[in-house]
Amino acid sequence: MVWETVIGLEVHVQLDTKSKLFSGSSTTFGAEPNTQAGIYDLAMPGTLPVFNEAVLRMAVKFGLAIDAEIGRRSVFDRKNYFYPDLPKGYQVTQLQFPTVGKGSLQITLEDGSDKVIGITRAHIEEDAGKSLHEDFLGLTGIDLNRAGTALLEIVSEPELRNAKEAVAYLKKLHAIILYLGISDGNMAQGSMRCDANVSVRKLGAKEFGTRAEIKNINSFRFVEKAINHEVQRQINILEDGGRIIQETRLYDADKDETRSMRSKEVANDYRYFPEPDLLPVVIDEAYIESVRAELPELPNAKRARFVSQYGLSDYDAGVLASSREMANFYEEVVKICDDAKLSANWVTVDLQGLLNKSDLEINQSPVSATRLGALIGRIKDQTVSSKIAKTVFEAMLGNEQSVDEIIESQGLKQVTDSGAIEKLVDEVIAANPEQVTQYRAGKEKVFAFFIGQAMKVSKGKANPDQLNALLLQKLKG
Amino acid sequence: MSRRTVAELSRSLARGEFSSTELTRDYLSRIKQFNGVYNAYITVTEELALAQAGAADQRRARGEYGPLTGIPIAHKDIFCMQDVRTTCASKMLSNFIAPYNATVVERLNAAGTVTLGKTNMDEFAMGSSNETSFFGAVRNPWDPERVPGGSSGGSAAAVAADLCAMATGTDTGGSIRQPAAFCGITGFKPSYGRISRWGMIAFASSLDQAGPISKSAEDAALMMNAIAGPDIKDSTCVDLAAPDYMATLNDSLQGLRIGVPRQHLAEGLGAEVESALQAALKVFENLGATIQEVDLPNSHLSVPAYYVIAPAEASANLSRFDGVRYGYRCADPVNLEDMYKRSRNEGFGSEVKRRIMIGTYALSAGFYDAYYIKAQQIRRLIKQDFDNAFKEVDVIIGPTTPHTAFKLGEKNSDPVTMYLEDIYTIAVNLAGLPGMSIPAGSHQGLPIGIQLVGKDFDEARLLNVAHQYQQNTDWHLQGPEV
Repeated sequence: MVWETVIGLEVHVQLDTKSKLFSGSSTTFGAEPNTQAGIYDLAMPGTLPVFNEAVLRMAVKFGLAIDAEIGRRSVFDRKNYFYPDLPKGYQVTQLQFPTVGKGSLQITLEDGSDKVIGITRAHIEEDAGKSLHEDFLGLTGIDLNRAGTALLEIVSEPELRNAKEAVAYLKKLHAIILYLGISDGNMAQGSMRCDANVSVRKLGAKEFGTRAEIKNINSFRFVEKAINHEVQRQINILEDGGRIIQETRLYDADKDETRSMRSKEVANDYRYFPEPDLLPVVIDEAYIESVRAELPELPNAKRARFVSQYGLSDYDAGVLASSREMANFYEEVVKICDDAKLSANWVTVDLQGLLNKSDLEINQSPVSATRLGALIGRIKDQTVSSKIAKTVFEAMLGNEQSVDEIIESQGLKQVTDSGAIEKLVDEVIAANPEQVTQYRAGKEKVFAFFIGQAMKVSKGKANPDQLNALLLQKLKG
Repeated sequence: MSRRTVAELSRSLARGEFSSTELTRDYLSRIKQFNGVYNAYITVTEELALAQAGAADQRRARGEYGPLTGIPIAHKDIFCMQDVRTTCASKMLSNFIAPYNATVVERLNAAGTVTLGKTNMDEFAMGSSNETSFFGAVRNPWDPERVPGGSSGGSAAAVAADLCAMATGTDTGGSIRQPAAFCGITGFKPSYGRISRWGMIAFASSLDQAGPISKSAEDAALMMNAIAGPDIKDSTCVDLAAPDYMATLNDSLQGLRIGVPRQHLAEGLGAEVESALQAALKVFENLGATIQEVDLPNSHLSVPAYYVIAPAEASANLSRFDGVRYGYRCADPVNLEDMYKRSRNEGFGSEVKRRIMIGTYALSAGFYDAYYIKAQQIRRLIKQDFDNAFKEVDVIIGPTTPHTAFKLGEKNSDPVTMYLEDIYTIAVNLAGLPGMSIPAGSHQGLPIGIQLVGKDFDEARLLNVAHQYQQNTDWHLQGPEV
């Protein structure tokens, strides 16, 4: 049997506002428990919510970035359930009239093709606090610092067809959020959390299979693993003649498995109704335009520009535009060395390789854009060869000296003086009469041997083009 | 000094006839003497009162005073007062010390009032007789065998028995007006959104509104001047500057168009109330007003709609009382669910639990459309009825209650009979309009109130009409033999 996977993602993004969604409390991560919970966050009797306008701007910004319909009149609702880290006994969210309606996101698949994923909606809601089950001798501690922090819940259509697509979608979403500066997107700290709705069906079937919801997956890698695990679990059940139960499951990264949290068949009735303490949020055209004016260049537009402006391949442009920091770094390098293609190679291959090896982000790069640009400049003006440049690059890591100082002090400058190169060639020819005879007898492969010898003697510094030409001339001689 | 209006006390204080401290001591001694009978106060804040009175006297000596400086007030125990126990008359909050002031309290403090204490009420403002209080029933000063009305029964009784000069109340379906009628005093419910709800413990958020309970319309105007107006802490409080309510009190009623709802003169209205209403209408006619009938065709739907919307909102508003962070927690819970269930079961009284259950049911999947949505549709129809009526008249006048105060225990066996007590007042909350009750007669020694309803945010007109009536009658000046 051939099975098709159907995935929809619900992504909670913690919006990077100074104060909470409905109260003036601070939102800094990692403060002492309950030091950032004011009287509204604690649900003291008589307290009322006041909507933080900064949240609206961020939500609208996101909506515009995914070409979504913006709700001209959005309404907050109460979602009722009891839990100790939900102080009011209800969560304020948007059910029927979210601020962001239908939109879409373009992702790039592994084969390089693009796919558009529909986004159903993105609504504003408040986060809950945290229940702490350790260190309380069998009791539970409650930390309400996070309670009331603004979230944007972004719901995709069930249009993702495998775990890799889901990861690509999530990464794209992550990039856009960072581009917009509306969240730090830190998955480990929970600023971006992902729930995956996963089902399988026979290939070609029209109806969706019964889905399971995997909750709170906190890294890109786990999203892929959790989905793959869940898909296999469902296929196994179906192939054994069983049926899937609609339920919420939790991914256990240590065991690499999902396990049941609660069955949705005895689903909670959240008894939603409009939040009477808040007025509907009405947005006019002028407001939307003022937000649009603040939008930065987004990944797709940047990628297209890199292709047209710098003549990069689609792939390189995509890699460079995948994060705003990466793109900015690249453009700074280009500005300094004025060689877009060389810059693209160095940033995506050498620098990226270095960052991957030391598990660093681009903004933590040990080599600044200015220095990398300077180095590429020296390749371009033939002060060093591409090969020697890698030696210089290595040297730059543990060294605050300028590129020119390193080249100078370590004597890495390329030899371009034709007299010197000629001398070198003569020496190599004189030292290897046997190979000269072979070459002249038609064994042209020996040419590489001479190049190797000459480079060895010059410690790699001889200009390769000049060397080539002279050697050819003398050997043919 | 007793049984004088705020306006009179204010003049006496200004003339130096007595100090605020003397006045406050007098009220405190009356409370000591009579509160045992009426149970109007849950908490008496003697120390605070004397400190505030002393401060008021000093301000007055420096010439920094307003009309409310040094006037003793009582706050319904639904308003949070910093460092003062705020119970909402519930076991659930019987140990709750509020960490902040309600805007109403804050503004009255700023006006220089002296807080005598927190008044009794129906638990979480749910009731029409003040019999649901965890702290025991309040008794009507006109007849201690009778109820004072509810839910602001403690404030109404305290004003009627002159255990304070004025009081705050809240009105969700009649909770200021009905006790005002039963206790023979003036109760004023402003338009929804006129006064901040910040710090007022929520019963039904879209209906709750704070207001003055006083001995006269003039006193209500003085209080409104202190508490009405925008507050950024309450998003539903309208951004509309409040006028000076004193400025228009003496406007003439010549040409005033008064509407009397046909539906309120129908079956169920006590003859004594109807004759008091007719007599009052004559007074208005003599003052130059014209009287006509108006139609509120959907008024019979207001009680059912209210008893869906108010409990629905209450069911969510009261979820925060879960024993986790403050308030009552059951002893030795074995797990979370046990803690929730027993804390709420033991902490709430039966009327509160009944309404939480009604509201939870009305919002449940499968019933939401049939109850909540339908009730909201009725709410719009009721508002339309008033809008139509106000095309023809300036003010609507009718009975506040179908009859005078009933006896303690008389109606608590049947919730529906009790709910029908608010049959004339509830529609006003559903429509968000200003309404007030003023004393306009008496029957067998018990006061009768009439209700005045105004257009949206037309509080000044209501106060003007009531004040003119009180300038020409003396029902509001009558008090019970305490």
